[in-house]
Amino acid sequence: MSPAEVTSTGSRGTRVIGSIVLAGIVFHVLLSFVWSDPDADQGDLVRIMYVHVPSAWLAYMAFTVTAFGGVMYLWKRSLWWDLVAGASAEIGVVFCALALVTGSIWGRPTWGTYWEWTDVRIVTTLVLLLLYIGYLAVRRIPADPHQRSRRAAVVGIIAALNIPIVRFSVDWWADRTLHQKATVKLGGTELDGLMLFALFFGLILFTLIYVWMMIHRFRIAWLDEQIDRHGLDAAIAERLAESTSDVTRAVGLTKTGADL
Amino acid sequence: MWHDVRLIAGKDLRIEWRSQVATGQVAPFAILVLVLFGFALDADTVALRTFTGGLYWVTVLFSAVLAIQRSFALESADGNRDALRLSGIEPAAIFFGKATALVVQLVLLEVLLGAGVAVLYSPSVEDFPLLVATAGVATIGVAAAGTLYGVLAAGLRVRETILPILLLPVLAPVLIGATRAFDDALGTVAVNGWNWLALLGLTAVVYVAFGALAFGVLLEDS
Repeated sequence: MSPAEVTSTGSRGTRVIGSIVLAGIVFHVLLSFVWSDPDADQGDLVRIMYVHVPSAWLAYMAFTVTAFGGVMYLWKRSLWWDLVAGASAEIGVVFCALALVTGSIWGRPTWGTYWEWTDVRIVTTLVLLLLYIGYLAVRRIPADPHQRSRRAAVVGIIAALNIPIVRFSVDWWADRTLHQKATVKLGGTELDGLMLFALFFGLILFTLIYVWMMIHRFRIAWLDEQIDRHGLDAAIAERLAESTSDVTRAVGLTKTGADL
Repeated sequence: MWHDVRLIAGKDLRIEWRSQVATGQVAPFAILVLVLFGFALDADTVALRTFTGGLYWVTVLFSAVLAIQRSFALESADGNRDALRLSGIEPAAIFFGKATALVVQLVLLEVLLGAGVAVLYSPSVEDFPLLVATAGVATIGVAAAGTLYGVLAAGLRVRETILPILLLPVLAPVLIGATRAFDDALGTVAVNGWNWLALLGLTAVVYVAFGALAFGVLLEDS
């Protein structure tokens, strides 16, 4: 199918996923704000966790897919993998920022500050966000598709290699962490049943949101690619057609002039 | 391969020696940054001494960005990149050659900056071997990551802006590690600097290994 024939990036599959996601969001809001109880220590503050934790999870998952897409691109040299990597990075950056913002909002009443340098995870996540903003900047540099893909793949893989190093160094650097350590324990769990369910439901819901966004974003990227590829041919054809009609008109005008 | 590495490194260093850009522009810039930190911290001797490690490494990173840009600007003129690719030299050898030339330049710059810091911030050195080892290992990490991103940015119209945004976040662990190790060596913070040196070593190994592998992929671009 050529890009000209495409009127939507939706399909039966994405509509089904989209409907489930919409219903899931309503259910998640009710679960997070109405049905679940406030936490014994944190009170209503705990509710932000139902968005914060799934956002962070989604960001890390998206960046893993980006790195994997980069490796696969370098191996197979297929633009398909490059577009997957690029689409995933864009979604990852948005949710990484969302995780940082929700974390800060949670931190203000909890720690008394929006930003806590001694917390390992937020500092690591910020560096991660900056790394992938750089990745997106590389993708936006105009270049031949394969040239762009090679650069992006290398940058994406370095960023992923850097995650454990950054994590480790910030861990040592901060010496201690304010972050909640393994709140969800098997066996003697600290969160009650409904709160735990809300958290896990959030993870599943955000994973579905990611899948839905990925499919749409990938299709848009693929169409973009097709337009780039066919665009020049189409422009030349159009220009040729224009010049031909110019000539016809000019000939017509001369004729009219001669008739007078 | 090592012959080719020496050849490339020698070429870069000879050009630097003759053009004097590193000595005439990058080195004065580095000293200038040290002076600006003095102004920014209101010439507070205690603060300057406490943060010597961090200020020193931030200055090194900023100057390294300039040196890396310079290293690849050499290749973009007169179709040098094509000549490099046509020379039949393995991409890994080109990577090691350019990284080695950068290491030499950065080490000289660090010595100069060290002298500058000693005069301007008057820190006291408690563990000289740790100081030297940290500088050596961190420089290898900076040069390896810088060479890889340098070739990526070279030839782009936006190279001046894209290089720092890509390189500096990647070098965040180097900045943290080298600063902490320096803190210990200068006796400003009680941490185990040798552990940090080990972490720096690991980082350098990762960057060198990945750089040698990926350099060829990026060199195809030019």
